[in-house]
Amino acid sequence: MTSTPPPDVAPPRPAVPEPAAGVQAPAAAAAKTKVSVRGLNFYYGEQQALFDNSLDVPAGSVTAIIGPSGCGKSTHIRVYNRIFELYRDQRASGEVWLDGENVLAPGVDVIELRRRVGMIFQKPTPFPLTVYENLAYGLRLHYRVKGSELDDRIEQALRAAALWDEVKDKLHRSGSALSGGQQQRLCIARAIAVEPEVLLMDEPTSAIDPVATSRIEELVVQLKATYTIVIVTHNMQQAARLSDFTGFFYQGRIIEFGTTTELFTNPKQKQTEDYITGRFG
Amino acid sequence: MRRRPAWPRKAVDAAVKVASALAAALGLGFLAWILFVVLRHGAAALNWTFLTSLPSAPGGSGGGLGNAILGTALMTLLACVFGVPIGLLAGVYLAEYSRGTRFATTVRFLANVMMGIPSIIIGLFVYAVMVLPSGHFSGWAGGVALALLVLPVVARTTEDMLAMVPNALRESALALGSPHWRATLRILFRASRAGLLTGVLLAVARVSGETAPLLFTALNSPYWPRSLSGPTANLTVTIFNYAMSPYPAWQQAAWGASFIIVVGVLALTVVSRTLTRERK
Repeated sequence: MTSTPPPDVAPPRPAVPEPAAGVQAPAAAAAKTKVSVRGLNFYYGEQQALFDNSLDVPAGSVTAIIGPSGCGKSTHIRVYNRIFELYRDQRASGEVWLDGENVLAPGVDVIELRRRVGMIFQKPTPFPLTVYENLAYGLRLHYRVKGSELDDRIEQALRAAALWDEVKDKLHRSGSALSGGQQQRLCIARAIAVEPEVLLMDEPTSAIDPVATSRIEELVVQLKATYTIVIVTHNMQQAARLSDFTGFFYQGRIIEFGTTTELFTNPKQKQTEDYITGRFG
Repeated sequence: MRRRPAWPRKAVDAAVKVASALAAALGLGFLAWILFVVLRHGAAALNWTFLTSLPSAPGGSGGGLGNAILGTALMTLLACVFGVPIGLLAGVYLAEYSRGTRFATTVRFLANVMMGIPSIIIGLFVYAVMVLPSGHFSGWAGGVALALLVLPVVARTTEDMLAMVPNALRESALALGSPHWRATLRILFRASRAGLLTGVLLAVARVSGETAPLLFTALNSPYWPRSLSGPTANLTVTIFNYAMSPYPAWQQAAWGASFIIVVGVLALTVVSRTLTRERK
């Protein structure tokens, strides 16, 4: 890693952004655990990318994963929904428990797993279909819905993603005709339409302009009442603003995990402190 | 340090420019010449009777190639019915299900070899496995021979077009809990439909002008194709026979048949070009 500080975090530690008012105190650590990772290792071919990751993601909260580029943040969450299995040379060992079920165990229904664990990607990826069909696709996969019930579910999901007012007159136009920020909210709507329990967000705002980013951040805060959210971000202010818990990753290892307030104001590890104060990254 | 003079660089640049322009003009010139000759001779042969009636007797005048047009259309259709679905599925397998396996590498290699096999060999092969055992030439055998030419082209284009779809799109469909086959049919095919259609059209354009595979399989016939179980009339073998015949009316008809094929292939190419452009 080079020692160039990320442009968004120049000031030393005392000036670290204040967590948002709603962020919970350490007491929240007692909350119910939704995802529990134990001894997770990950390999790209022969190359090991994650080393013995263990952490507990509390239910109904936002957990941020931060760390320098290439530290394994995305790789880590891509295990939760087993999306890495698309690639033949990628392999995970260890355990990822979702409500008491190890999702890495053989025999797990990956399709149902992915309904329960939705994912938002770095770049918006609307399907080459209309706005309406973008949402109907997932709904029809998992539910027997049609007609007005389908319409209602789609409207609900678009409202929940704060997109309804902007697209209600263009439901039957192409999803890729929307702006970048709208496309990303369309992807969020698409993910929550199938009623997942966990939402994985892999740098969801890194390809989005600042105004659209703040809309998506507001949305994340609203959504955490309903879903357990894990968000990978390279933007430390974003982690501080949005999350209740934060994990700091470095070179495939979890260096520190705790409440966001604690991790940003009183990091226990030297590496965490160096990273959040911008000494490397 | 002394500066290099600019004029040798400029001279070389000008020379290369002129040479490549001449080469391009030469290539295009031949194409234009071919089109001109075929269209001029062919257009003279065209009329309603030519398109709709049976050939004249040797040495006679009038008559047409309606049977050959129909036969070529039927066998090309047959080639699509057999070749396109299997080619699409094979391409899907290569791009979506078997990435990086040895079996996929082997299949891809064989498809490449198959594309390079001269079409006359394909004709001989079908002659050996279909015509000889059944004891007669048939339109079915012709369709199968053409399908064997369509198959590898469609398989390889399908694979290439699916490989061009960004992984992000594939992942987001799968992350929604979509089975892979459904993501492929509904999302990935949709994303690459212009390219897929182009591949199919170019394959069709290619086989509709093939002669060699039909010589040993469908042969030819002076009659309407009543079923595909017997020798079946077709444009290309007709050109081959008529162009070499001593009868002016038949030679004229061969030009007409050439005209129809050239215009058909041209139309398919233009359609596929338009579709590709639409995507961008």
